[in-house]
Amino acid sequence: MNRAPGTLIVLALVAGGHFAALPAAQGAVTVASKMFTESVVLGEILKQTLEAAGIKPVKHKAELGGTRVLFDGLVAGEIDAYVEYTGTLREEIFAGQDVATDEALAAALAKRGIAMSAPLGFNNPYAMAVLRDTAERLKLTKVSDLADHPELRVGLSNEFLQRGDGWPALRAAYRLPQQTVEGMDHALAYLRLKAGQVDFIDAYATDAELSRSAIVVLQDDLDHFPRYDSIVLYRQETARAEPRLAPAIESLAGTISTERMAAMNAAVKFDEQSEAAVAAQFLADELGVARTEPLPTTTIAAQIAHRTKQHLGLVLGSLLPAIAVAIPLGIVAAKFPSLGQAILAVTGVVQTIPSLALLALLMTAAIRLQIKTLGDWSPAALIALFLYSLLPIVRNTAAGFQGIAPHLRESAEALGLSRWYRLRRIELPLATPMILAGVKTAAVMNIGFAALGALIGAGGYGQPIMTGIRLNNVGIIMQGAIPAAVLAIVVQLGFEAAERWLVAPALRQSQRAA
Amino acid sequence: MFRVEELTKRFAGGAGAGPLTLTLQRGATYALIGPSGCGKSTFLRLLNGLQTPDSGLIEFDGQPVIPANVAAIRRRIGYVIQDGGLFPHLSARRNVSLQAEFVGWGRARIEARIAALRDLVQLPDDLLDRDPARLSGGQRQRVSLMRALMLDPAALLLDEPLGALDPMIRAELQDDLQRIFRELEKTVVLVTHDLAEASHFSRDILLMADGRVVQRGSLAELTSQPASEFVERFVTAQRSLHAEASA
Repeated sequence: MNRAPGTLIVLALVAGGHFAALPAAQGAVTVASKMFTESVVLGEILKQTLEAAGIKPVKHKAELGGTRVLFDGLVAGEIDAYVEYTGTLREEIFAGQDVATDEALAAALAKRGIAMSAPLGFNNPYAMAVLRDTAERLKLTKVSDLADHPELRVGLSNEFLQRGDGWPALRAAYRLPQQTVEGMDHALAYLRLKAGQVDFIDAYATDAELSRSAIVVLQDDLDHFPRYDSIVLYRQETARAEPRLAPAIESLAGTISTERMAAMNAAVKFDEQSEAAVAAQFLADELGVARTEPLPTTTIAAQIAHRTKQHLGLVLGSLLPAIAVAIPLGIVAAKFPSLGQAILAVTGVVQTIPSLALLALLMTAAIRLQIKTLGDWSPAALIALFLYSLLPIVRNTAAGFQGIAPHLRESAEALGLSRWYRLRRIELPLATPMILAGVKTAAVMNIGFAALGALIGAGGYGQPIMTGIRLNNVGIIMQGAIPAAVLAIVVQLGFEAAERWLVAPALRQSQRAA
Repeated sequence: MFRVEELTKRFAGGAGAGPLTLTLQRGATYALIGPSGCGKSTFLRLLNGLQTPDSGLIEFDGQPVIPANVAAIRRRIGYVIQDGGLFPHLSARRNVSLQAEFVGWGRARIEARIAALRDLVQLPDDLLDRDPARLSGGQRQRVSLMRALMLDPAALLLDEPLGALDPMIRAELQDDLQRIFRELEKTVVLVTHDLAEASHFSRDILLMADGRVVQRGSLAELTSQPASEFVERFVTAQRSLHAEASA
């Protein structure tokens, strides 16, 4: 597991500041989890524990985002509770502040209106992991043994490469000589380790792979890594409004061992059990809480339908405004060439901003402006998709207008029609095939880009793709990838129908080719 | 109908028209002729404001042709170009009715006008529902003429209207155009590069070179009393061309 997938680092880093105070729905309690299996399992355990205490409804926003997204969401009241790690709080949230003791940490949290539970049991520090074969061959048992083998290739999660207690500090503390260091997503690191492409990786003590594979953890003999006790963070305000909340959360104290956590991670990752089922089993075993009602099951079809709704919401919610803005911009660009160059330059530059960076920038802006940033209809996701849709439509609209034959333009002028009438009856219809082609390009691109909405909890087809990568499960990835491809094809067909409806027969592509 | 005073228009490359000072009478037919680049098309396009003059004055029916009133003036001047300039996305009928729809005519009035024009240009009714791409070149020019005449304009400007047609169609349309001009009694200005065609339509031919009118008169006058060596050469060249063709 990892505490925030590498791809989310950017979001986590820039999304500082404060969420708007949008209180969670009255009476309902919302828990959330980060985008890795352990966090989702713990989120389910938290949800089911609260439900067992009689608190209903409890909503679990699974795989909502990285540390910063969840913590800010908690402070803002968009969520009520989630499971965090003390080390993460010290390194990422309260970096540079004196929160060395748990008491100091709790006090710092209390100032933000957040309560911290007693530790759940497992302490999950970073660890260095090697294949058992490698360990035996080179006689490696502790991290300091790595100093004698400068030839070893290192594969590190992007987060570990950057964080304060990560690679730079570890290398300095142990005087590690390795030069070949590669950054990668944590989910891929084990695959590369097993394939022999790297020799050691950063890992967590509860990683599923460690309970099932021939991989061993090297002892942190210099006690370099700080403690990562898992704790529940929850809003004091929610606890006051719902007196059963705090006792239910505290009942989890000391119940989850490192081995149990690794086993639960493995059950999800390798046995393809749902996080909810694994959590229910834990509650039954450890707390003697048997579910009185069956776990809610959703069919794959229902899930795909739900995600299709979310995905279409993102696509249409961004594409329609983009059409409304880009077509007039394209017309202006065609009519006033000097202004047109500026318009095309600006929309072109927007297109070149990496999508992740754009999302991150917009998240920051949304937080500054105190706009809701998470979940369905996330403005950041919609605005990013909107901006990406502009260029193809603006460019094609401008080209469509500029491409009107001069003798036709002049014939229209010679008829003594008004500008507006000429635009509507002659120029726009003549440019429509090009404009439609631009909108089609934007729509198909948009369907692909919208998958990134899952990074900020906007759902859509990106969600199963992220989950599938996390679980290394191609089947789940396909639940997102196939509908996305099908949607793209359906949209293509839709545009062919639209062409028949909107474009005069003489201007259609098929006719022109004939 | 048209009064032109000290009119000039120069393009970047040096071509253009003017200075021109002349008057075109109501109801008469004029032919503008001259070699390529002599400024005859530019002059025509200055008359309906498609080109803005560098200096000088154009009056149409007593009104100056200036941006403020050019749209209203254009609706009183029909304009036909080579190969029609019909809008490919509209049927022939919609091409013809566009102007009338813009000025707010009712359906019945539009249909009645189209029927009258269809008889005038002798175009079968079913062809009007075709797209321009599915009409022959001659049919397209007939539709284009209908479009130009829709609002019953006072003047008609034609820029090489027969230029893209094959000889048989050309002869047929030439006769029809002559009949139509006679019936309508409109001020017609027709650009051509063919002296025979010019004389076919008009007894008042304006021969242009380097942007100016070098001689004005009937074919007989141009032939018998050429104003310059250039006129003589131009007329001789055109005649020998026709002699060769008929030989």
